[in-house]
Amino acid sequence: MSAAPALEIRDLKKSFGPAEIIRGVNLVVPKGERHAVIGPNGAGKSTLFNLISGLLVPTSGEVLLDGERISGRPAFEINRRGLSRSFQVTNIFPRMTVYENVRCGVLWSAKQKYTFWRGVETAPGVHERTERVLEEIGLADRRNVLAGVLTYAEQRALEIGITVAGGAEVILLDEPTAGMSRHETDRAVGLIRRISEGRTLMIVEHDMGVVFGLADRISVLVYGEIIATGPPAEIRASAKVKEAYLGEEAHA
Amino acid sequence: MSDLSVSKSAAAIPSVRPSSASAMRRFAPWLISAVALLALPFIFRTDTYLTVMSLMGIAIVFALSYNMMLGQTGMLSFGHAVYYGLGAYFVVHIMNWAIATRAPIPLPLMPLVGGLAGLVFAMIFGWLSTRRSGTTFSMISLGLAELVGSSSLILRTFFGGEEGVTTNRTKLLRLTDWTFGSQFQMYYLIAIWCLICAIAMYALTRTPFGRMCNAVRENPERAQFVGYNPQVVRYIAFCLSGFFAGIAGALAGINFELANANLFGASQSGTVLLATFIGGIGTFVGPVLGAVLVSYLQVMLSDVTEVWQLYFGLMFIAVVMFAPGGLAGLVLMHVPLARAGVLGRVVPSYLLAIVPAVMLLLGFVMLIEMTVQLAVKQSEGPAMKLFGVAFSAATAGPWLLMLGLLIVAFLLFRLIMPRMAAAWDSARASAAERGIVL
Repeated sequence: MSAAPALEIRDLKKSFGPAEIIRGVNLVVPKGERHAVIGPNGAGKSTLFNLISGLLVPTSGEVLLDGERISGRPAFEINRRGLSRSFQVTNIFPRMTVYENVRCGVLWSAKQKYTFWRGVETAPGVHERTERVLEEIGLADRRNVLAGVLTYAEQRALEIGITVAGGAEVILLDEPTAGMSRHETDRAVGLIRRISEGRTLMIVEHDMGVVFGLADRISVLVYGEIIATGPPAEIRASAKVKEAYLGEEAHA
Repeated sequence: MSDLSVSKSAAAIPSVRPSSASAMRRFAPWLISAVALLALPFIFRTDTYLTVMSLMGIAIVFALSYNMMLGQTGMLSFGHAVYYGLGAYFVVHIMNWAIATRAPIPLPLMPLVGGLAGLVFAMIFGWLSTRRSGTTFSMISLGLAELVGSSSLILRTFFGGEEGVTTNRTKLLRLTDWTFGSQFQMYYLIAIWCLICAIAMYALTRTPFGRMCNAVRENPERAQFVGYNPQVVRYIAFCLSGFFAGIAGALAGINFELANANLFGASQSGTVLLATFIGGIGTFVGPVLGAVLVSYLQVMLSDVTEVWQLYFGLMFIAVVMFAPGGLAGLVLMHVPLARAGVLGRVVPSYLLAIVPAVMLLLGFVMLIEMTVQLAVKQSEGPAMKLFGVAFSAATAGPWLLMLGLLIVAFLLFRLIMPRMAAAWDSARASAAERGIVL
């Protein structure tokens, strides 16, 4: 373990044509922190996640994972280095079973790579790890169901399951409770708390109850810039945040 | 049969560690297939049957290799015959070389030559085409097929021009007293390679790579975020698929003792697509069924009617529209019902539906054949014979009968359809109650 922070973002910028969506983001997330990113719609939260996880290539600036530069690397390579993400819109393998979905998340980290000369069932540790994740996300009894026919909340849980199955050190969750009922949200928060134990978590979330209950620190992203970063109490008290974000929300 | 389905068996196996019971379940289909393959020539003894069964074996390997891409990895290729044809050419050339130099390579090993040729060319062409997915991949595959097709007329020394290249399979080193001169012996060579290839391709679906093929088919973006490069998965699938296509082509080359440009033509690429789709791309057995059916029809229909390809096209359209899961999909739909013991409920309505189905088929056959008689075979006059009945296509009677058949069949279908749907729903509901349909 190096002393470097889990994730460091330096002067990150992203433009789509003339539109500058991310306008110089700087952020340091130490190891083991649960860090929430909040901000109004269109602030660039998902774009920021896409830049960190390799779905998009930054226009300038860099992202360091555990002290090593990952920006500009392809998504699968960033994932192999220990950063895994979930998606705002459920992004699973619909015509494969729940078990197989989770197992897909396990295979690379179990050093299976593109193995085509050995069976998958005998791959050491894969089955056990998959079972553990299934238990953790509460879908063990749904293992043989095709993922496409799960309920929405179950699919969201599966989404998280696939994300954490590889045992990545840094987990990015993009609005994991979006569209959930109160009860489902509570369960999801419990799940997120458990799976982020001992890991670094970055989460985009609209539900302020979830954010303030879960996060160690919060960053507020407005129009592609982080206007404040700090512990929940500090963010709640910040006049700048109130004006730029919470105030706006109150008017809406 | 459900044992071989792509998605379901995957989850059923890992929950139980390999025991003798599950091992039996896993090997039983292969044992049965092996016994069936060995026994078939003793049931269907004539040379015609042996020829057709040999063609089926070749088609099965080819279709399975095609489905590694289409069904398993979600890659629609329009030029798969390239690897089939090159497999055939290379095996014929190597055989001629072995005959000339007395190289000690026995015939049963020769299909490997074709496989290697398919593999090498798939490695070269695939490096280009698998960088893209979807429509772009399909278009590149089409372009490459055209490229190889046209080069066959330019590189005459290798491709042998219009006539192709011939060989003699009996002149190679013999390990036993089998010369493979007869179709009977040739059938066994094909059957054994067919079984080996099928087992290998099935085993491939059960490897980490095979599982990720499905993942890339389902959601290539997500596959990246579990650490896999979809391009690499596609490339490996393409290469392995080329390998098995090459083996199929080599078997064809050995079987016909000939390699010519037809083997990698567009129609060959089209036929394998047709066969795979008609059988069903969603399951492992689908392409096998499709290959068997299409090779049978290719031989049998072409004896009966000049426009057999038209029937093929219609069958393909019918499957795409009404049974997107193919024949295997239709069968598999009923497996849960059978398991719940409620299959009996849908059977009566199916039996009823046979009546209009036969009428519809008759009507369409009449329509097509009478049109052909009048339009294509003008010189032969309107007198024709269909199902043993002689009549004139220029009289009103047969046309009215045809129209009547189609109309009545249509009306009967409308009457029976709701009944079928109701029977299906109720059977499915009780299967669900018993916890069998998920």
